[in-house]
Amino acid sequence: METTTTSALDVRADFPIMSREIDGRPLVYLDSAATSQKPASVIEAMDGYYRHSNANVHRGVYRLAQEATDLFEGARARVAAFNGAETETTIFTRNATEAINLVAYAWGREHVGAGDVVLITQMEHHSNIVPWQLLCQDTGAELRYLDVADDGTLSLEQLDEELAGGRVKLAAFAHVSNVLGTINPVAEMVARVRAAGATSLIDGSQGVPQLPVDVGAIDADFYAWTGHKALGPTGIGVLHGRRDVLEAMRPFLGGGDMIRTVDFQESTWNDLPWKFEAGTSMIAEGVGLGAAVDYLGNLDMERVRAHERQLTAYALERLAEIESLRVIGPPDADGRGGVISFELRGVHPHDVAELLDRDNVCIRAGHHCAMPLMRRLGVPATARASFGPYNTRADVDALVDSLGRARDLFGES
Amino acid sequence: MDDLYRDYILDHYKRPRNFGELAPHDLEAHDHNPLCGDEMGVHIRVEEGKIAELRFHGQGCAISQAAASIASDEYIGMPLEALPDLDGDWLIELLGIPISATRRKCALLNLKVMRGAVTGDASWP
Repeated sequence: METTTTSALDVRADFPIMSREIDGRPLVYLDSAATSQKPASVIEAMDGYYRHSNANVHRGVYRLAQEATDLFEGARARVAAFNGAETETTIFTRNATEAINLVAYAWGREHVGAGDVVLITQMEHHSNIVPWQLLCQDTGAELRYLDVADDGTLSLEQLDEELAGGRVKLAAFAHVSNVLGTINPVAEMVARVRAAGATSLIDGSQGVPQLPVDVGAIDADFYAWTGHKALGPTGIGVLHGRRDVLEAMRPFLGGGDMIRTVDFQESTWNDLPWKFEAGTSMIAEGVGLGAAVDYLGNLDMERVRAHERQLTAYALERLAEIESLRVIGPPDADGRGGVISFELRGVHPHDVAELLDRDNVCIRAGHHCAMPLMRRLGVPATARASFGPYNTRADVDALVDSLGRARDLFGES
Repeated sequence: MDDLYRDYILDHYKRPRNFGELAPHDLEAHDHNPLCGDEMGVHIRVEEGKIAELRFHGQGCAISQAAASIASDEYIGMPLEALPDLDGDWLIELLGIPISATRRKCALLNLKVMRGAVTGDASWP
């Protein structure tokens, strides 16, 4: 059981967009699983960087360049510490997708071959499916899936069965499902994968924004996530990796910054983490992400989780009042993050989202970049509401009221 | 009253005309809108160069289903050679509701499928 005594967060005023009105009414933003809103401190950090400190990093000897480098590398150190990782093994990428592709290309093409198995789950986002499909097509390996049960969970027994086959080379799982909200027991899964001699990758895109994450304790070989879902800017993601694994890997992209020396025919590589960061870095985005983890750290991720758990529990309770509504995924808030997918009988998810928008209630409708999961669930699409630290019980009430109006308009079918 | 979800739109959504399958049929096509997962197929029976009968099938939002239902009565009796000349504006006008850019493909999926079945050109109208 998690603590329920922590007081609810009251941080809406920290987010400038929350003062936005459309048609004279406030915004009810319930699509944080797609992207989060940004606190003023993140926007100001990036603005301040461009106004006062902009220069290219890692090169210039002048003081402005040193200042930019310090801001960028300082942000990396805080991002690493925020997740219990080492600075040198915290690699900046464009997003989680690029972080996973980095592993699929730089590690996968070296270590996965014909007859091997890459093991993922039916609840993965396309970003943790397609890179492995490409890897398997290139190498002749087999892509296998852990099933999702009707309550939205995975089976550790099935994981053990797959690992017992002896062919699994790499296993890649979501920390938190972006559709079902399921929080997977990733530390336990990683331990079993490692005991079987296989390599592990966790897609933490939905984990880092809403759970306290200690990558040292989870101990996966790779942990990938993206900045823009965690109150940071778009254009920056993170790959935490185990030092020995990263050091043994070839680079992913070649170019400037990732080299130590370049000769006419060959080059030598820079140290970690820069070996995996070719070209000019996303400097302002790194600075912004540093401000985002500062903000989340000040809130305290235990409180963020408690807030979103309470909100999710309240939403599950209120949504149950709507007779024709079916929630998909784990039945209670302890086993799920702040993500709720649902169906309103007789109203297509697209129409639900369109009608809710009349009330400024922003939810997502569609396959949520998880088409295999939609097939497993037997639905073409779902409607999805998801929470951030800035959401309140009033947002949940607005959602439920608006859903009631949508149901009334369509009537019973 | 809602501008988009007018009574006749909801009526066509809940009680779509010319929906189901047709056996035997002369022409068919099946397609989907990858953005939202809507899918739609059509079976067409041809007599003397004209569409004698048709049935749509598939699933999707109220706009895509109602649009197919409303348009189906227009397609029946139409000479096959008239299909390539039908464009998106023709269909939007037929529906009589304001269709935003994000819902345009919902409304036009049935025409895409019809043109695909008749001409083999499955591009978006």
